[in-house]
Amino acid sequence: MTAASEPLLTRTDHGLYCAQGDFFVDPWRAVDQAVITHAHADHLAWGCRRYLASRECLPIARRRLQPGAEVGHLEYGQTIDIGGVKISLHPAGHIRGSAQVRLERSGQVWVVSGDYKIEPDPTCTPFEPVRCHVFISECTFGLPIYRWPEPIQVFQEILAWWQSNQQAGRASLLLGYSLGKAQRLLAGLAATSGSAEGANLPGPIYIHGAIEPLNDAYREGGFVLPHTRRVAEAEKGTDWSRALILAPPSAHGTPWTRRLGAHSTAQASGWMRIRGTRRRRAIDRGFVLSDHVDWPGLLSAIDATAAETVLLTHGYTAAVVRWLQEQGRDAHALATRYQGEHDDAEELIPALDVQPKPDNQLHGDSASPAGKVT
Amino acid sequence: MKTFTTLYAQLDGTTKTSDKVRALVEYFATADPADAAWAIALLIGRKPRQAVASPRLREWAAAESGISDWLFQESYDAVGDVAETIALLLPRPERSSDLTLSRWIEERLLPLAKLDDDQKRLAVVDAWRQLDHEQRFLWNKLLSGGFRVGVSRQLVIRALAAHGNIEPAAVAHRLMGDWTPTPAFFQSLLVRDETDTSSSRPYPFFLAHAIDQPPAALGPRDAWQAEWKWDGIRCQLIRRQGQTYLWTRGEELVTERYPELVSAAECLPDGLVLDGEILPIKNGQVGPFSQLQRRIGRKSVPKSILSEIPVVLFAYDLLEASGQDMRLDPLALRRGKLERLVKELGARHPAVAERIRLSPVVEAETWEQLQAAWRGSRAQQAEGLMLKDRGKAYGVGRERGAWWKWKVAPLTIDAVLTAARRGSGKRASLYTDYTFGVWHNGALVTIAQAYSGLTDQEIRQVDAFIRRNMVEKFGPVRTVKPELVFELAFEGLNRSSRHRSGVAVRFPRIVRIRTDKQAHDADSLETLKALLPPIEAHTPDRASKKPATSD
Repeated sequence: MTAASEPLLTRTDHGLYCAQGDFFVDPWRAVDQAVITHAHADHLAWGCRRYLASRECLPIARRRLQPGAEVGHLEYGQTIDIGGVKISLHPAGHIRGSAQVRLERSGQVWVVSGDYKIEPDPTCTPFEPVRCHVFISECTFGLPIYRWPEPIQVFQEILAWWQSNQQAGRASLLLGYSLGKAQRLLAGLAATSGSAEGANLPGPIYIHGAIEPLNDAYREGGFVLPHTRRVAEAEKGTDWSRALILAPPSAHGTPWTRRLGAHSTAQASGWMRIRGTRRRRAIDRGFVLSDHVDWPGLLSAIDATAAETVLLTHGYTAAVVRWLQEQGRDAHALATRYQGEHDDAEELIPALDVQPKPDNQLHGDSASPAGKVT
Repeated sequence: MKTFTTLYAQLDGTTKTSDKVRALVEYFATADPADAAWAIALLIGRKPRQAVASPRLREWAAAESGISDWLFQESYDAVGDVAETIALLLPRPERSSDLTLSRWIEERLLPLAKLDDDQKRLAVVDAWRQLDHEQRFLWNKLLSGGFRVGVSRQLVIRALAAHGNIEPAAVAHRLMGDWTPTPAFFQSLLVRDETDTSSSRPYPFFLAHAIDQPPAALGPRDAWQAEWKWDGIRCQLIRRQGQTYLWTRGEELVTERYPELVSAAECLPDGLVLDGEILPIKNGQVGPFSQLQRRIGRKSVPKSILSEIPVVLFAYDLLEASGQDMRLDPLALRRGKLERLVKELGARHPAVAERIRLSPVVEAETWEQLQAAWRGSRAQQAEGLMLKDRGKAYGVGRERGAWWKWKVAPLTIDAVLTAARRGSGKRASLYTDYTFGVWHNGALVTIAQAYSGLTDQEIRQVDAFIRRNMVEKFGPVRTVKPELVFELAFEGLNRSSRHRSGVAVRFPRIVRIRTDKQAHDADSLETLKALLPPIEAHTPDRASKKPATSD
């Protein structure tokens, strides 16, 4: 592996580090210079001195970072040079502003995928394969059981579910991540019903307070989302039975949902492909809609890079590595702290308070995820 | 199969019973009677036997999907269910099928039994190629004999009764016993006239609720009949038209397994149904359930077992006498008749009366005295007491109020979590199947595996602990740093040469996580062994051991 002799990126305690350019890609802790792929919390560490992101990412990143954070930006495909390393960002199709980071030095090209997907998504620029020598790919859904249905079909199912709830006189509570999934749902449902502004939707859409600032960020970046209202601003005595209420997964089962009265709960996530995931969370309906690449997409994306070496990060790393190796590829696991798409609201689960034992604490530290979830 | 797939999705997609009943009624109203009959059979758990061994299904599915065995296994680990894993892995179908559920079962599934593996494979793969994802899932469930859905028998009965506008009890009765899912059967379920009963058909069992208040709160002591709550096999003995049938509560016909009861029943009058408990007996002493377990699985019973583990029927209710359904009579009346019947039997056939006995009534004038008797339940090989309202009829299913079970506290012990594996189905991606050990000579000896007893939140906490503290991997099993202590409860303990600990626990379950304890605080094997019953049952001293009875 020629790339390994002079790696452009190495894994440090703080994240993936480019020594030649003295910057990090998606660091886990505060560093001097951070090139970020997108604004989900496991890729966007707080407190860095300087950030570099895509222009589309800018309004979102600003809302999620400390006030006054210095954020530089690049157009997709635009190249800058830091310490002799050429850096450019290329669309990853994950959420608005998401990018793959391409690094080039002395004829060696490395690409960090960040999170990505291949399926069409009106809220972001479509994924573009980038040829490289070393491809660092996520593999959140890196098993052949994960194959996504056509998004249009999923949006039609969601609209049908909403309408049948209306007929049954109950509200429709739809759970999805505040950043990315929520906006994709809004845009997708509006477009599928025939009007990007949402004129043809079956009823009003209300959103949880956590989603509002991100909707604003999308709108500020010039993206059209259908009209939404905050649940907290609804008048007393609002009849929720015709409404779709969009909330983050962590709202599931909380007292917040009581105001909705009789309602059906659905979640839009790649994990909903598995029946057990939905049932474990006591979700009435699961819609298979992911912002991550599925198994066929992962394999085709890797092929399209023509990479000599593939490093797999968060997800079913071992399985994908083994599969690629069996296909004759040079593939390895790369331990990171990215979390991909969480299957449920684990952030709400307090850790089990076992009798403290010093040696036990040590064991968990370096291997456990950072604990911050979008 | 499409309409049944839709029904399945509706039932699977809600936890509200009213929604489930509505979906069922709608299905019964519109489905083809042949399909409806099969749907009922599947919903109440009378599924066809496994047609294809699971390893074959996995092998064929992996080949059809173009993946290797290890990747199938990885996928299975993430899903936790073979039928679903296969449905998720198979390539998209080439065509679609409008074949009905009954034809899929009768023409495709049942004939598989007669085919060899190669022919089975062709048939199974051909089916996969024309079924969509949801249909494949059900088809695989049917193939592997693992079909189930979150609908109770009572809900199916409610929906059928609502659909046919008839009494749920009549439907419940018609669903008992032997039947084949045919259009005629489906129609016969809904007939208004209730004078039909096939001679083998048992009555729906009446079930008790666990008591949730102090028994004294039930009211006057003499309004309640107390009996031992036996740990045997609940059973109806039917004597009709010169034939004997033994049905378990699980609706299994087990007549041939208890020949001693069948020959004794020949002396019973015709048109008789007894409700009671099959128990092992030796030297007049009721034995533990573990003895009975040696007979449960057997289709044929060798002489050696018959003499080693003889059984008796302890009758405690009379459901039919002289061909008359007695269930609506109050318990006091039924009990009186039952006692007379058993007495007459004893007078005419003393040997038979040894086999078919009266389950004694536990006499106690006050609730306090009854409680004292209750405390001695284990010495009687009983799990506690049953309290039955003397004035009430014999109900259907689990109705509240007439019968209560009052169990003595289970045995408990503190054990350390030593290993875990992922669950299946709902718990597929979590470590939920735990192995526990207790201390012996400074090491942990495995004593039990337990799955149930934790809340969903606790399950996730334990899952997180396991992931952080894995030590080694043995196939699907992960050993875990021995740090978490759990309080386990179980119904009984027995010596066992098959367990390394020398102890077999019965029905272990988790009471709670003892985060207040460290691993070294857990119990030792010696403590556990101290809970074992004495090595050899003492020579029975009938006078002192015999429970206080009413006769």
